[in-house]
Amino acid sequence: MDFDLSDEQRMLQDSVTRLLAEQCTFEQRQAHLAEPYGYSRALWSQFAEMGLLGLPFAETDGGFGGGPVDTLIVMAAVGRSLAPEPYLASVIMGGGLLRDAGSAAQRAASLPAMAAGTLTLALAHAETPARFELACVGTTARQEGGSWLISGSKRFVVSGDSADRLIVSARTQGAANDAEGISLFVVDADAPGVTRRGYRTQDHGRAADIRLDSVRVDAGALIGVAGTGLPIIERAVDVAIAALCAEAIGVMERAHELTVDYLKVRRQFGVAIGSFQALQHRAVDMLVAIEQARSMALYAAMMCDEPDAAGRSRAISAAKVQIGKSARFVGQEAVQLHGGIGMTEECQVGHYFRRLSVIEILFGDTAHHLRRLARSGGLGDA
Amino acid sequence: MDLRFTAEETDFRQEVRAFFEKALPLDIRRKTALGQRISKEEMLRWVRILHDRGWATPAWAPEWGGTGWDAVKQYIFKEELHLAPAPEPISFNMNMIGPTLIAFGSEAQKRHFLPKIARMDYWFCQGFSEPGAGSDLASLRTTAVRDGDHYVIDGQKLWTSTAHHADWCFVLARTDPAARKQQGISYLLMDMKTPGITIRPIVTIDGHHETNEMFLDQVRVPVANLVGEENKGWDYAKYLLGHERSGIARVGISKMRVRRARQLAAQAMSGGRPLIEDERFQERVAEIEVELKALEITQMRLIADIGKRQDGKPDPKSSILKMKGSQLQQASAELLLEVAGYSALEFDPAFVAGSRSQVEGDDWAMALAPNHYWARHVSIVGGSNEIQRNILAKTVLGL
Repeated sequence: MDFDLSDEQRMLQDSVTRLLAEQCTFEQRQAHLAEPYGYSRALWSQFAEMGLLGLPFAETDGGFGGGPVDTLIVMAAVGRSLAPEPYLASVIMGGGLLRDAGSAAQRAASLPAMAAGTLTLALAHAETPARFELACVGTTARQEGGSWLISGSKRFVVSGDSADRLIVSARTQGAANDAEGISLFVVDADAPGVTRRGYRTQDHGRAADIRLDSVRVDAGALIGVAGTGLPIIERAVDVAIAALCAEAIGVMERAHELTVDYLKVRRQFGVAIGSFQALQHRAVDMLVAIEQARSMALYAAMMCDEPDAAGRSRAISAAKVQIGKSARFVGQEAVQLHGGIGMTEECQVGHYFRRLSVIEILFGDTAHHLRRLARSGGLGDA
Repeated sequence: MDLRFTAEETDFRQEVRAFFEKALPLDIRRKTALGQRISKEEMLRWVRILHDRGWATPAWAPEWGGTGWDAVKQYIFKEELHLAPAPEPISFNMNMIGPTLIAFGSEAQKRHFLPKIARMDYWFCQGFSEPGAGSDLASLRTTAVRDGDHYVIDGQKLWTSTAHHADWCFVLARTDPAARKQQGISYLLMDMKTPGITIRPIVTIDGHHETNEMFLDQVRVPVANLVGEENKGWDYAKYLLGHERSGIARVGISKMRVRRARQLAAQAMSGGRPLIEDERFQERVAEIEVELKALEITQMRLIADIGKRQDGKPDPKSSILKMKGSQLQQASAELLLEVAGYSALEFDPAFVAGSRSQVEGDDWAMALAPNHYWARHVSIVGGSNEIQRNILAKTVLGL
């Protein structure tokens, strides 16, 4: 076992942390949120210059061949600064899916442009009846001549309102809950028949609900073999969860720092409130929850490349359970220990709480992943 | 970064597991699996088997019988020991007085005591706590007054576990009544056969006699049995408590209990179906497994950090292991109790104590409720979890 970062990884950590500390302070972030895309295109270009947008892709696809630990480093820094840029949705999830399952032509059409910062992707998969069940897809695609016609409704597509291209899941055979029969297509976001309703999310990010009315794509849009999309989606979501866990660590760490700092400066009864044992113990319980979560974020990063899909999914669900529980606890306690000021929009800690609340639900909440883990036999002695 | 065990570490695990499969006596294995207490004879028999293999004191310095294993191998060894399941050799000997003497004892003390401590020819108990000195250990009032070549000890000790088995006791006593609280305390080795020692049993809520009160009335201890310097005992005790904490998570014990809970739940019935088919139960097990996995990795991370510290002191973050480890030992004991249901409710202290092995009731379940009660002690001993929170608030958070 080895928990050390390599020299390159430490350099990556330093440069990403410095960039976000300089370009995404709390005040700058407020301004970025008000921009048309809901994030800073200028900062996004700097991500590209630094090589972050191609980090997880192969060099032949215009990337840098980074692994899960590199992703973990970037996402933890994103979490600390609550950066609203669509790194998770576009690079990790959309780009990651194409990296793993796209044809050479599909990769060439999207990944170099993504690495250069000129193209963003989003995975349009979830649907209202499915909630978090990945196999539940009601959107359909049927063949007509040499092309496919896609129809259906997608729910909560993260960063889906500003994405240039969508990866859309649709059923090419079978019933709504069948594991078989799901296919994936690359769809231009402005293709005829695509209607997007973009909206602000609880954490001040952006998402979209997307309707597809007989959207026509050619045969080259199909990713992999028709009907075999579910394992690809499962892997892409597992990889995204591992990245989300890393982000959560950054969010929780910063929320905890803000809280402990506040305990040291806020005075009541003539003393700093951090001298009260009742508050000290709660701050320590937050620390313990974060350390447990950090361990599972590392576990998720290690296991998202696991070749055995069942083992990978168990590990990722386990990590999401721990992160979800810790996120709820740390977010709520951070506000509580701040007292009244923690309830205000202008206080930073509330924004961390809001992001943690979204993280708990995103890609399946704690209850969902606990059920998924339990049904697959638990972690055992693994 | 790589969280996987190396091939060498995996081979080592196999070697350890194979040894336990062969060498652990069946009667001791059965008792440990059922949650019965181990007798003095059984503990000694098992420790000597380990000792013959050279594995009774893995963490000690190699020149005094340690194995030279790194922290990861020590962790693997301990986990396999708990999973076997085998009793853990007495902590007072292996984790406390042994390491303390190696660090602070005189050459003569090391030569005389360490081999006997390792083989448990001397069974040690700990004379620290007192009626008025629990979490606030430094307020202890037992005195040791110099009289020629001896110290004369007077006072009362509490929670002196296994004193009724012990040959020796390491005692904290005040040698300078004028000094400030933490100063003026000395660390003494007391032969339990010395006149003036009275042991009174304390039966705990599990119906078992493990711990005691110990009255010390004019007990004469040779000056040669002073560890280190006079009035420096607090420093040595603190070193030792830190030493104890780094292995305190006992992930293996909790893992063993969860594994057993799964096995038993496949047989225990609920509504005419095996309990293991109950979704709520499966989720409860899975939830504990997640916390255990997290704790296992947290422990590995802290071990790696401690290895990097220049001062060799235990990382204050190891208090996290004590807190979370004890919570999970308790959660896993509770889980086993939940599996047993009615079967756990028959009370037979002789079975729990291990003096009766055959019972008419459900032997697989009878020790589970007492073990659940007894598990409360792990968040109280060695610095309660509230004391651990105080330590973390001060040292890590700067509050």
